[in-house]
Amino acid sequence: MQFLRNTVDKLKKPFLKGGKLERYEKGFQAIETFLFVPNHTTKHGAHVRDGIDLKRTMMVVVIALIPALLFGMYNVGYQHFSQIEGSDLSLMHLFGYGFWKVLPMIIVSYAVGLGIEFAFAMWRGHDVNEGYLVSGLLIPMIMPIDIPLWMLAISVIFAVVIGKEVFGGTGMNIFNPALLARAFAFFSYPIYMSGDKVWVSDALTTDGMSGATVLGSLAQNITPSYTTMDMFLGFIPGSIGETSKLAILIGAVILIATGIASWRIMLSGIVGAVVTILAFNAVGLNELMKFSVIDHLLVGGFLFAIVFMATDPVSAAQTNRGKWIYGFLVGFFTITIRIFNPAYPEGAMLAILLMNAVAPTIDYYVVNGNIMKRKKRMKTNSLKTA
Amino acid sequence: MSDTNKEGLFSKSNIKLITNPLNDDNPISVQVLGICSALAVTVQMKNAFVMALSVTAVVAIGNVIISLLRNYIPSRIRIIVQLVVAAALVILVDQILKAYSYDISKQLSVFVGLIITNCILMGRFEAFALGNKPWPSFLDGLGNGFGYGLILMVVAFVRELLGSGKIWGFEILGDPLKKTGVYASGYVNNGFIILAPMALILVGIVIWVQRSINRKLIEK
Repeated sequence: MQFLRNTVDKLKKPFLKGGKLERYEKGFQAIETFLFVPNHTTKHGAHVRDGIDLKRTMMVVVIALIPALLFGMYNVGYQHFSQIEGSDLSLMHLFGYGFWKVLPMIIVSYAVGLGIEFAFAMWRGHDVNEGYLVSGLLIPMIMPIDIPLWMLAISVIFAVVIGKEVFGGTGMNIFNPALLARAFAFFSYPIYMSGDKVWVSDALTTDGMSGATVLGSLAQNITPSYTTMDMFLGFIPGSIGETSKLAILIGAVILIATGIASWRIMLSGIVGAVVTILAFNAVGLNELMKFSVIDHLLVGGFLFAIVFMATDPVSAAQTNRGKWIYGFLVGFFTITIRIFNPAYPEGAMLAILLMNAVAPTIDYYVVNGNIMKRKKRMKTNSLKTA
Repeated sequence: MSDTNKEGLFSKSNIKLITNPLNDDNPISVQVLGICSALAVTVQMKNAFVMALSVTAVVAIGNVIISLLRNYIPSRIRIIVQLVVAAALVILVDQILKAYSYDISKQLSVFVGLIITNCILMGRFEAFALGNKPWPSFLDGLGNGFGYGLILMVVAFVRELLGSGKIWGFEILGDPLKKTGVYASGYVNNGFIILAPMALILVGIVIWVQRSINRKLIEK
């Protein structure tokens, strides 16, 4: 360990002030802090500081994403080969196929995203933003498997530059960057982002192969043939990371146990969705409205979105009461969009982006409400004493 | 009040009236006026060009008329007078377009009529023409029209190229349906860039780039 530290220190010299490579200091710093926890301390006044910094917070989220990612890779292979008769359905074969399909997407996402982060950090002289560690993994996981890599790259560029850097980098963005990347791809290249051909690997180019998502077929008033157990375990077509609800729940447990994501948002989101579904179940005009509560929760990207993306600490509401409102409305809008707009079979993406935009307003009213309450209390107290 | 200190027609200060709105005082990217039409008509360069031409004509001629009338307009009803002048000119432009380039007129549809509500018009009438002589007002109108047109053309260039693979109607990237040219390699047109939100983002990027070059525009 000491050897590594010494090597890093030696390499650091030209990057320090006055050194030859001074302008690349921020880039070097990013790699250094990735290896070692930075040892600078607060300079002014007393602050309570946690031992865990942003980089390590992000790593926990990445770890929480891994079950969903691994299952996603397996499911890519499963969806593909289960449609080809007489193919090898052994675990390793299916997983291997998916692994080699998903890996390039992850590499492209990280290479492009971190490339931009480093470039901006050195250009603007701010620290390299760790936020992309999570976004970079989330983006491939919420895309259909067959999206061309250059489209992925453009979506990443859009999300990082327009979604994050123009607002001032990590911690300043209004919208969740991963969802922004998906929304950009969704509106830019709809043929590659929706329909019943994109969710199964190679289905776009192979005749006879297809796989509508559960919500996609429901939107066309067709009852899907998957069992509730299939939906829970994730043997259904969908974006790479979203299908297995079991894997997502494992991730949710990790996030809640470590206290990194807000359980309030997750819980209120699910409550919001359940209430909305029950209301629509009572109306029951079409297949989507008749779909049961459990099934509604288990299909589509809602659970993935509410666990990993609605809880994004930057773009979500900050106050506790605000989080309840925010989560509830995410659930409400997700189901409403699902049911009323067949062009967008899943509403989680748009619902969260919408609520991201509203989150500061929610916080404003929550904080103001608290101030008003205290003022009122002060008034009545002073009246009593007078 | 003597008119003896006559300036040349193209004196330095007059030339500035034209060049300023192109960069330092651009109606779209600095004053942020006329955004609505900038989003609506920039899907194709041809349409954007015609729109820019129409706005330039209306602002320049309108400026001259308002400037000629400036001493006779009671200030309480000046907005109405300005609107009447603008409306008359816009109807003229609309009729000319319908007569000579019906296709483009149809594509621009309501947006020609909506030039009346373009903030650049009222802005220039109110801020410049009411207080200046006809010739400088004319130049100011031209300059602002050009500044508006410049941004429109830049945005339209990007939108037409990436959104439909064309420049000024020519398919320079190949045919997207027959998969020729660039499309043969799997390239696809971007559907988002044709929608209005992307135009807004593009105008934002123009503002960003302009301020990175022209640093004095950055607000403190």
